[in-house]
Amino acid sequence: MATELRVLDDGAWISVDNQRRVPNSDIWPLAVTDFCGCETAHVVLEAFTDVGVDRDGVAVQAVGQCIDCGTEGALDWLAVGRVRDGAFHPYDPGELRPRLEPGNDIR
Amino acid sequence: MPTDVEQWKSELYGTDIREHIERFAETGWDSIPEDERDAWFERFKWYGLYHQRAGQESYFMMRIGPPNGVLEPGQFRTVAEIAKEYSTGPAENPEFGNGWLDVTTRQAIQLHWINIEDVPAIFDELEAAGLTTMQACGDSWRNIVGCPVAGKDEHEHVDALPTIHELNDRFKGNAEHSNLPRKWKVSVTGCREGCGQGDINDLALEPATKEIDGEDREGFNVRVGGGLARNEPRFARDIDVFVTPEQAADVSGGISALFREYGDRENRYNARIKFLVDEWGPEKLRDVLQEEFVEFELHTAGEDLRSEYSYNAGEAAGKHDHVGVHGQPDGNNYVGLNVLVGRIGADDALDIADAADEHGSGEVRLTQRQNIILTDVPDERVDDLLAEPALDHYSPDPHPFMRGSIACTGTEFCSLSIVETKNRQVRYARWLKENVALPAGVEDFHIHLSGCTASCAQPQIADISLRGMKTRKDGEPVEALDIGLGGGLGEEPQFASWVTERVPADEVPGAIRNLLANFEDQREDESQSFREFVAARDDEELAALVEPEETSYDDPFMHNTKRTWYPYAEEDSLDDSPAPASPDGTPLSADD
Ligand code: HEM
Ligand code: SF4
Ligand SMILES: [Zn+2]
Repeated sequence: MATELRVLDDGAWISVDNQRRVPNSDIWPLAVTDFCGCETAHVVLEAFTDVGVDRDGVAVQAVGQCIDCGTEGALDWLAVGRVRDGAFHPYDPGELRPRLEPGNDIR
Repeated sequence: MPTDVEQWKSELYGTDIREHIERFAETGWDSIPEDERDAWFERFKWYGLYHQRAGQESYFMMRIGPPNGVLEPGQFRTVAEIAKEYSTGPAENPEFGNGWLDVTTRQAIQLHWINIEDVPAIFDELEAAGLTTMQACGDSWRNIVGCPVAGKDEHEHVDALPTIHELNDRFKGNAEHSNLPRKWKVSVTGCREGCGQGDINDLALEPATKEIDGEDREGFNVRVGGGLARNEPRFARDIDVFVTPEQAADVSGGISALFREYGDRENRYNARIKFLVDEWGPEKLRDVLQEEFVEFELHTAGEDLRSEYSYNAGEAAGKHDHVGVHGQPDGNNYVGLNVLVGRIGADDALDIADAADEHGSGEVRLTQRQNIILTDVPDERVDDLLAEPALDHYSPDPHPFMRGSIACTGTEFCSLSIVETKNRQVRYARWLKENVALPAGVEDFHIHLSGCTASCAQPQIADISLRGMKTRKDGEPVEALDIGLGGGLGEEPQFASWVTERVPADEVPGAIRNLLANFEDQREDESQSFREFVAARDDEELAALVEPEETSYDDPFMHNTKRTWYPYAEEDSLDDSPAPASPDGTPLSADD
C-alpha cells in the first residue's frame, strides 16, 4: 500500500495517510550534525517544508533553531519515522539519533 | 508540480464546498472518509472552518469576518448566542471558562470547539442575521479591514465604508476570485490616522487626494504586498496608483486577478503576493496591471496623508487605539471597550449586546487591537452605559498594560504554535499592572504575543514584540519567547528587531520591568517616547537593557503545552484526549 505523505498548514505537521502524525514544535536532539557548534544540537522544528520516503524511512525537510545556541537553519532530511507493513511508526523525538545526510534517493 | 492543496482546490473549491459540509454534518464526523480528510479540511477553510490542532480532532475553529469589523445591530448578539450554545469544549479554560468568542487582529470573530454536525444550524443562524463565514479562511479574499470607526469619525478624510461594502459584495462568493494562490488580505482606510494598518496587508487602499481635470478628487492610493508571516515581514509597497472610489473595485479586482494568474502555485511558502512584489518590483506590477488587468488608464498616485498618521506611530502624544468615549460627527458618541487578549465570555457578550441595544444603536465594531466599540451612544446615555457592570471588566479606561496586550491563539488550539499565548498574556498583564510603575507620560504601551512566526498577533509592530520559541532552563527544555523592540506604524513604519532571543517565559515579565526601568533612567526627558528611545539605540545596546529575570510571576505553562490535548485540562496528556467526539461530548473511537 502506498503511503500518502504531505506537509500541511504552513508546515505545521506531517500528514501520513490523512492523519496528523508528526507535529512541529518538538525538540529533536541530533548527535552527528553540522547544524551548529553544539556537540548535540537540540533543534526545535518550527515548520516542515518537505517530506519524502527512502525505502521504508520517512524523512522531512524543516526549518528550526537550536534551543541552546540559537543557530537557525534548514534541516535537510531528518528521519522522523518508518513504514512497516503499511503502518507508520513515528520516532520519539526525545531519542538521540544521527541526522540523515542529504540523499538523492529520497522520493 | 502543483501542490496537493492546489490539486484539491482545482477539483472542488469555493461555494461548491457548502453542500459537502452539509452532507458530512448530516452523516456525522465519522462519515468523512479517512483517506479524504486532508483534502476536505483544506477546503472547509474557505467556509471559515479550521480543524483544531492534534488531540482535538473533530473540533473546528469557526471564523466570522464581517467587512471592516462592523457588526450591525443584532449581529453581535447572534454571535454571542452561537458561542453560548455551540462553542463549548470538553474542558474549561481557567481564565475564560467554557464558551467565549475571540476578537481577532483582523476584525473578525473566532469560535472554538465547533462540531461539524452543528455547522448547518450555525450557518442558518448567522445567515438569518446577515452574517457569513464565507472566505473567512482559505485562499481567497478575507474580510476587508479598515478604520473601525469609518463613517463615525469626526476627522476622517473619506468614509471608506461604501467602498468596503462594494468590494465585499463584488468579491465574496465570486467564482473568478475564489481560488487564489494564497490568502488575500485587503485593507481599505479613509481616516487620517492610519488605523487601517494597510501596510501589513496584501492590498491596501489608503486615503489620498488627486487633482484630476483641474479638480481635487478624494480617493485612495494603492499599495501591494504587505504581510508579517514566516520571518519575512514586508510593508506593502507603493505602486504609484490612485483610484477614485468608483474605480476602487475594478482596480482591486485587477490586482487580485493578477495575483491569481501570476502568484506561485507550486510553492505555498512563496505564494503570497509580497514575494511577487519582491521579484517584480512595484513598477513591473503596475505595468502588468495596466496592460493585462485594467481597461482604463490608471492615475498616478495622489497626495497621501501618511505624514499625519498617528495610530501606533510611537509619539508620546497621539491616538493609538479607539478605547474610550469619542464624539461622532452626528453628535453621538462611540465607546471603545478594552478586551484583554480579545476574548469575551459568551454571557458577558450577551450583556454587552444588551448594553449596545439599550444605550446605542446596537451596532458593535471590532478593532485590529482585538477590542470592541459600541457606536451611536447619545450624550445623555453615556453615563448610563459607563455604569453598566460589564464595563468594569471590558473597560473604556483600562490600565495601559491591559490596554496594550494582544495575543494570538497559540497552543490552546493552533497547530502551528510553539507556545501557550492567551492565558500567559493575561497573567503577564496582571503581573505588570500590579508590579511595574509606568514611566511618566507613558499611557500607551503595546505588548503583542504571537505563538510562532506566523505573527497573527502582529508582534513586529508593537512596543514589545514577543514570539514563541523554546530554550533550556535548569537543564530542561521550556517554553520561551524572543523579545523584539522598535516596531510600530506611522509615517515611517518599522518592524521590530529581535534583540534578545529565547528568554524563558517566566523571565519575560522581569525583562519588561527591567527594560522599562532602564528606559526611565536613561531617556533624555519625559517627552522622549519609548519608540524614540529604542530608535536611538542599536540592537546590542538594547539587548543590554532587557535583562531577563525571575520575579514573583509564576508561569504554569513552562512544559511542552503543544504535547497536551488541552494545556489546562486536569489530565492533559494526548492519550487522555476525549477527541474525536460527537456534539454531546461522547468520544468516538479514533481509528476503526
Ligand atoms: C485553529 C488554529 C488557528 C487559529 C485559531 C488561528 C488564529 C489566527 C488569528 C486570530 C489570526 C489573525 C487574524 C485574522 O485573520 O482574523 C490568524 C492569522 C494568521 N494565521 Fe492563524 N490560526 C490558526 C492556525 C493557523 C495555521 C495552522 C496557520 C498556518 C497555516 C496559520 C497562519 C496564520 C497566518 C500566517 C496569519 C496572518 C499573518 C499575516 O498577517 O500574514 N494559522 N490566525
Ligand atoms: S501566530 Fe502562530 S501560534 Fe499564533 S495563532 Fe498564528 S499560527 Fe497560531
Ligand atoms: Zn546549538
